[in-house]
Amino acid sequence: MSKRLAAGGRLIDRAIPLDFTFNNKRMHGYEGDTLGSALLANGQVLVGRSFKYHRPRGIIASGAEEPNGLVNLGSGRTLEPNQRVTTTELFEGLRAESQNHWPSLEFDIGAINTHLSRFLPAGFYYKMFMWPPVFWKYVYEPFIRASAGLGRAPNARDADTYEHFNTTVDVLVIGGGIAGLQAAKAAGENGARVLLVEQTAHWGGRAPVDGAVIGGKPADAWIEDTITDLEAMDNVHIRTRTMGAGVYDHGYVLAHERISDHDPREDRPRHRLWRIRAGQVITATGAIERPLSFAGNDLPGVMLASAVRDYAVNYGVSTGDRAVIVTNNDDAYRTALALHEAGTTVKAVLDARTQAAGRLPDKVRALGIRVETGTGIAKVKGVARVDGVALCAQSGNGSVTEELSCDTVAMSGGWSPVVHLWSHCGGKLLWDADRAMFRPDPDKAPTGADGAGFVHAAGAANGEMSTGAALADAHRAAAAAMGKKLRTKASTAEDEEEMPLEPVWLMPQGAGDALRSKTWLDFQNDVKVTDVQLAAQEGYESVEHTKRYTTLGMATDQGKTSNINGLAILSKSLGADIPNVGTTTFRPPYTPISMGAIAGEARGKIFQPLRRTPLHDWHDRNGAHWEPVGHWRRPYAFPRDGETVEQAVSREVKNAREAVGLLDASTLGKIIVKGPDAGRFLDMMYTNMMSNLAPGKCRYGLMCSENGFLIDDGVVARIDDDTWLCHTTTGGADSIHAHMEEWLQTEWWDWKVFTANVTEQYAQIAVVGPEARAMLEGMGGMDLSAEALPFMQWREGKIGDFDAHVFRISFSGELSFEIAVPASQGRAFWDALIKEGAIYDAMPYGTEALHVLRAEKGFIMIGDETDGTVIPQDLGLNWAISKKKEDFLGKRAQERSHMTDPGRWKLVGLETVDGSVLQDGAYAIADGRNANGQRNTQGRVTSTYYSPTLGRGIAMGLVLNGPDRMDEVISFTRIGGEPQKARIVGPVFYDPEGEKQNV
Amino acid sequence: MSEPQSALPGAAFTGAAQITETGLRGMITLKGDLSATKLKNIAKKVSGVDMPEKRGANIKGDNGLCWMAPDELLILCPHMDAPTIVTQIDKALKGTHYLAVNVSDARAVFRVDGQGAREVLAKLTPADLHPDSFGPGEIRRTRLAQVPAAFWMTGPQTFEIVCFRSVAQYVFDLLSNAAKIQAQVDYF
Repeated sequence: MSKRLAAGGRLIDRAIPLDFTFNNKRMHGYEGDTLGSALLANGQVLVGRSFKYHRPRGIIASGAEEPNGLVNLGSGRTLEPNQRVTTTELFEGLRAESQNHWPSLEFDIGAINTHLSRFLPAGFYYKMFMWPPVFWKYVYEPFIRASAGLGRAPNARDADTYEHFNTTVDVLVIGGGIAGLQAAKAAGENGARVLLVEQTAHWGGRAPVDGAVIGGKPADAWIEDTITDLEAMDNVHIRTRTMGAGVYDHGYVLAHERISDHDPREDRPRHRLWRIRAGQVITATGAIERPLSFAGNDLPGVMLASAVRDYAVNYGVSTGDRAVIVTNNDDAYRTALALHEAGTTVKAVLDARTQAAGRLPDKVRALGIRVETGTGIAKVKGVARVDGVALCAQSGNGSVTEELSCDTVAMSGGWSPVVHLWSHCGGKLLWDADRAMFRPDPDKAPTGADGAGFVHAAGAANGEMSTGAALADAHRAAAAAMGKKLRTKASTAEDEEEMPLEPVWLMPQGAGDALRSKTWLDFQNDVKVTDVQLAAQEGYESVEHTKRYTTLGMATDQGKTSNINGLAILSKSLGADIPNVGTTTFRPPYTPISMGAIAGEARGKIFQPLRRTPLHDWHDRNGAHWEPVGHWRRPYAFPRDGETVEQAVSREVKNAREAVGLLDASTLGKIIVKGPDAGRFLDMMYTNMMSNLAPGKCRYGLMCSENGFLIDDGVVARIDDDTWLCHTTTGGADSIHAHMEEWLQTEWWDWKVFTANVTEQYAQIAVVGPEARAMLEGMGGMDLSAEALPFMQWREGKIGDFDAHVFRISFSGELSFEIAVPASQGRAFWDALIKEGAIYDAMPYGTEALHVLRAEKGFIMIGDETDGTVIPQDLGLNWAISKKKEDFLGKRAQERSHMTDPGRWKLVGLETVDGSVLQDGAYAIADGRNANGQRNTQGRVTSTYYSPTLGRGIAMGLVLNGPDRMDEVISFTRIGGEPQKARIVGPVFYDPEGEKQNV
Repeated sequence: MSEPQSALPGAAFTGAAQITETGLRGMITLKGDLSATKLKNIAKKVSGVDMPEKRGANIKGDNGLCWMAPDELLILCPHMDAPTIVTQIDKALKGTHYLAVNVSDARAVFRVDGQGAREVLAKLTPADLHPDSFGPGEIRRTRLAQVPAAFWMTGPQTFEIVCFRSVAQYVFDLLSNAAKIQAQVDYF
């Protein structure tokens, strides 16, 4: 039975008790506990069920590597699944629930899977469920979905807030163990701007637990002194609860700070994502102890030796009353010493090595603890937790030599440096056969823009496992990061001499199938030794393929405890050396980070920028029904009381045709192009000629990509001899400006042209309708007569008191003036128009009326008639394509055979036979079926509306040989109904002669 | 003409820093050869300050010159002066290749002032805001979260920020959110 010891626990404060619940059971812990240590202190050894077989599982580790102890934390709006108990700090009122069990943790019906395990081998997904296909959907998948899986996704809106923080440093040190502290201190004292981050709430890592003595002082004292020194330096910043999550190109590093997870009562952000630009990175990320592979190693009560002593020393928690320690190295003997000190009975240390002659084993023997060499565990006894172990010779096949009763098994298979952050950005690894570990290859560091390494591993993360060597290595890393010899020296430590480990990848060495099929590698994803061996037998040679086939290392712990053991088994099965098999790829983040932290501040009203015109507030107050257009919000229509949106659109269209309509056109792109080469440049950008446009005049133009496809359109106005104003579509303002700049900066860099995007400088309002001129003249100011300002010209002057540029252009077919005033005057000008307009029945109209008005006139709309595959010729716009110009963007592309293919669908108007409205995107149906059994098509609808002016449905579409098939009736698909018949007509439905706009 | 209106007149928030919409500011984009004597002379004349270095911002009251690109300056002035200054530039640079355009109304201006000002900005922009790297006399053209912005400092803890007018509300909300008193980073 695990329990709280009467004394001890360097990280807990027994004066501050905390209450929490686990599966609704009240439990008690102390400030400083992790949820893991508190659960153990309350005797809760069973914490979850495994992914596939629903095996009972207990905590095996004490840190970020923990594979089993995952819980649902919180509830409702604070629920978060898969929270690791070993890294969750306890707080008052914490609520945790175990995962992946039904109906209860203690009695789980899915545990029957464990008896079916021979039917669920490696690759079972691929093998069992291939046939018949319908079985996957209706039988296998529901079964797998119900029985496999971990936490449940929350379904309530997250109650917490998150944010980002950007910083730039010379040296970023990841990991606040003694190596990280030493490296940060050395870099700081030598003048670098340093940031040191540590994922836990405590500095110093394992050193205090392992009894390190640094500079003649106990580790705790050295750590405290070093923190004091670091805090005193202005150029050094240190952060706990901040995990280095990922290292990316150019020294970009993400770190995840858990601001209030440990104390959620305050109204602080929960997590902060640090976006760090680091000149150099030092990874002092420590090492992770490896489990040993013996039968029953997944039973609750089997733990890593380091974790067992962490719980005793850090939290005053005993993981059991009688422990057996099994190891292949000297380090695990420290656990025997710590347990003995804590008063726990150590029944034996089983050492797989043929001899244990180091100083640590001697100390253990001196305490009267039994040490058995050449011995391993044949299997662990027990059903839901450890009852005992059966011993065997490591060199044998598992014949049991003796049984020992115990409730804790502390295992150590050696240590693996945490090389994740070193590897994220391309750092390579070496296999150190003497110490059986992959460690960073100093000659193959991740490289920066200058080709030199920018990541330096330090301490245990670099394979330096003893205290003194780790400190010296950290100082060396700091010097390497700073690119100079440092005037400081590393702290020194007295290291206890340790004898080499002996690699043990399977215990016992000759374990048969019965034992191996109970020997776990990946606890979280339920992958056993036999699964990896089976994959090898079936021909899997690549470690990456084996990983995916067996799911080894693919769980939320990303194989922190399982990867090396798994690939050792694979290499043995393949008869290859471990370095030749290699590791799988280490990818960020190091441990899972919250989605909230990634999103940062971007939620609610600042989820996305919402662009507002100067008239936005007026629209809002006057009942605008909004439509998103890019990031803009534009009024779709202005429904009045008792009116539907559709009715409002009809009213607005009719009013613009019969009286006068007002449109907020401020979102239209406006780009100034100026310079001696501006005309030449615009002749390249547009398909038609712009250089010969006279000042004061306007011309409609088309822009194509270099592949010939139509990308934008709009009216160009010539301002003066070397200045043009290009109007773009709303969505095109930024992209067309960028398009122009790209060509100017990369291709025609020697042309004398400047551009400026002045879209937002102006509020632009279209005054549209037969009464438009009368109404504007009523406001006083410039001469707007047909003689003074003819169609397709522009003038500068005053409307009323307002400075204005007036463009006589029309996207509606009516008499129309587009008036630009400075944005700061926009609202006042609009108010003046509304006031003056009362006499003329003027009313605002929205984007849908704009669309209907243009469609009645057969004007195309970028994004409706075009979709990135349409060329101007498809739309009958040949008149706007210059034949005189030697070149323009898209010209040569439009001469390609496919572009000149007469079979390209061409623009026509479409009138339904019964006056109904065609569906948007409907296909014109042709005879026969294609190779996939689908009906052949001969065209599609690009725009379709009810025309209030004509009282019927009108549409435009692209149809095979359309312009040659006038008056032919063809059928269009209708979702959920019979096809609709429509007659092919010209695209201009209203005022084809253009008399209305030119008055 | 009626009284010109800025994007968010009077908007203000107090937290780790004071956020204020400052009202309209005169702004002129001047593109051209920044080493040309004529251009340098007129820029200095209309602003009353020296030509800025690369990434520099020379600010004096409402007036100033900001380096925007190797061939671009931003001229700052009182809002009502901008049209006249454009005319002055047009006159001075006639016959040379340049572009001077009034962009005052395309912009919104915010002031972020106080102890937490650097941190508030550092939550939103990737620019290095460490006092050793950025202070008065410099400008950064960068982004605030999802929108483009530029800023300079007018004192040890005072930033002036320029963004597009259409996103003024977004930027104000961003800054106010970042300045929440409970969210201080305690970094700078």
